[in-house]
Amino acid sequence: MTTTTAPLPPGTVGAFTRAAFEAHLASLPPLPEWWLARKRAAFEHFAALPLPVRNDEAWRFSNVSGLTLDGFAPPATARAVPFASIGIRKAARLIFANGRLFSREILDSNLERRGVVVDTIQNALREHGDLVRDHLLAQPARLGSDKFSALHQAFLVDGAFVYAPRGVEVELPIGIFSFALGDQAATFPHTLVVADEGARVTVIDYFGSQDDTERQLAIGANDLYAGHGARITYVGKQDWSHQALALQSNSTVVRRDACVQSLNVHLGARQARHESHSQLQAPGAISEMLSLTVARGDQEFDQRTLQIHQAPHTRSDLLYKNALLQRARTIFSGLIVVDPDAQKTDAYQSNRNLMLSDEAEANSLPGLEIQANDVRCTHGATTSRIDSEQEFYLQARGITKRAADELLTFGFFEEVLNRLSQDDLHTALRTLIQSKFSGEKVIR
Amino acid sequence: MASLVIHDLHVSIGDRPIIKNLSLTVNSGEVHAIMGPNGTGKSTLAKVIAGHPDYTVTGGDVLLDGRSVLEQEADERARAGLFLAFQYPSEIPGVSIANFLRAAVQARLPEGEEIDATAYYKRLYAKMDLLKIERKFTSRAVNEGFSGGEKKRCEILQMAMLEPKMAVMDETDSGLDIDALRIVSDGVNALRGPGLGVLMITHYQRLLNHIVPDFVHVMYDGRIVKSGDKSLALDLESRGYDWVKQELAALPA
Repeated sequence: MTTTTAPLPPGTVGAFTRAAFEAHLASLPPLPEWWLARKRAAFEHFAALPLPVRNDEAWRFSNVSGLTLDGFAPPATARAVPFASIGIRKAARLIFANGRLFSREILDSNLERRGVVVDTIQNALREHGDLVRDHLLAQPARLGSDKFSALHQAFLVDGAFVYAPRGVEVELPIGIFSFALGDQAATFPHTLVVADEGARVTVIDYFGSQDDTERQLAIGANDLYAGHGARITYVGKQDWSHQALALQSNSTVVRRDACVQSLNVHLGARQARHESHSQLQAPGAISEMLSLTVARGDQEFDQRTLQIHQAPHTRSDLLYKNALLQRARTIFSGLIVVDPDAQKTDAYQSNRNLMLSDEAEANSLPGLEIQANDVRCTHGATTSRIDSEQEFYLQARGITKRAADELLTFGFFEEVLNRLSQDDLHTALRTLIQSKFSGEKVIR
Repeated sequence: MASLVIHDLHVSIGDRPIIKNLSLTVNSGEVHAIMGPNGTGKSTLAKVIAGHPDYTVTGGDVLLDGRSVLEQEADERARAGLFLAFQYPSEIPGVSIANFLRAAVQARLPEGEEIDATAYYKRLYAKMDLLKIERKFTSRAVNEGFSGGEKKRCEILQMAMLEPKMAVMDETDSGLDIDALRIVSDGVNALRGPGLGVLMITHYQRLLNHIVPDFVHVMYDGRIVKSGDKSLALDLESRGYDWVKQELAALPA
């Protein structure tokens, strides 16, 4: 266990002081020694690191001045969550409010009999300690958010743990809902998914706030681990308050002949950073990384990705699409890394931006770092405007300009939505994305 | 009874006058054909009526049921009952015909009223049956990868669903082989009736063998220079447009 009394640099920890950290630890049930040690180390790391500054390469084009930690309170006790019914049929449902469990429902009674675990990280630390130890935040933050990842680990209260044992296919999706409640609230949601050999599981991770005017800090993470021949489908829906600062990091590890498909839909927050990091560790591993963003008002969406091919015959396929309205900004920075012995790698990276406004700004930084000589890699970025003849065609059918732009945006997104094989997921996602145009709150 | 009145219309693109003092009235139940050589302003007329933003009306008026439409956006005109069948319909990737039409039908409902999906599909399928269109057609993306004939059938299906008072059909026969032309013409004829006025713009007489007009107008140099019944189209077919040009040149200035 580390203890130090060195003074913290002023202004870089906000409310997340040493005293707040100790109070946070005191509020938790007894933790395994290894986890407590990791949390303490994470706090020291967080406190020692500076906030990103303008000339950090990993934060190029980002509004670094928006990354303040001042004025947020460490997680408070949960209040009642703001909805009555939620979305499509699910096998199980976990609801968190400000990082604490609000409810846990196992809706498919076969789950437990088949050994599927849908539980909190707090319970999993006790009951599935080895799995949690091996996979919870086990990969380093490599895309620039070290300070925030460390803060997440230090102040992580609870989160979702999903485990599908060997050979088990979970047909219905598992829904995880994380809400931020209250002005100045800080929340650290976490979702850990482990699919054992040959298992299949779909997880829907929803992030939302009760009130779009509340200023909030949300620093979330997810770990997806697909064992030999496993398949994970992960759908993230980010719909935080429009005054939130949100940072989310993903770590995906794909083993032999396994496949992870992830789609992140970005709608909420004032400023949202998303880092996604896929490691293809063994032959036959596939990672499909998809993203849809509707950026409007003064929102900034900052997306950084890493596709690391560590073994031969692996495949990664990234397709990120952004629709930009009004004065919104997006940043996409992606890197494909192919290790020297990862021959026969198939890697794709594509970022497409649809501009619905002259004032919006899309930045794109695609990149390759290839050390093997027998690979197929393509990357590219395009930015296009709404086609005025298409817009006129729709208007000539009586469709308003706003509805025409919405329809054209959905047309633009369709290529990504079509990659998901489950129809009811499409419908729910369309409804959610539509809410961004209509302004009606939808929780799915 | 509905009417489309075009009155002393003058239209420019930039500083270049395209339509010069054109007047025409179409009443519901009537089919008018406008014929003329290329570059005479026929397609401009169609787009101006529909509200295309690239054209400037420098004089005159276009009235639907006595109300000027010139201050209205294209979508308002469409909801008021105008329809333009495009010569070159746009491709809309990722948007199915069914969803597109649904949005167009939804746009005609009062604010806050949701479309009745069951009734919508029932009506859509009835129109498709009327036009002999296969069910799977509407799950395709609007005009994407369509043949010339499929694009025009898609236009006719939209017209059938939106039930306009006045339809302007711009070169509906262009790019169609004889079989496609027959299919599309059958569609238009199926929609013909006392509630619909049609202004058909065409370069060739052959369309008028399939859709027989009540009135034929010859357009030349931005105005209508001759009007008559369907026999005028046959005259044009046998004698060409030069005859009209010569007649015009012979007139006193």
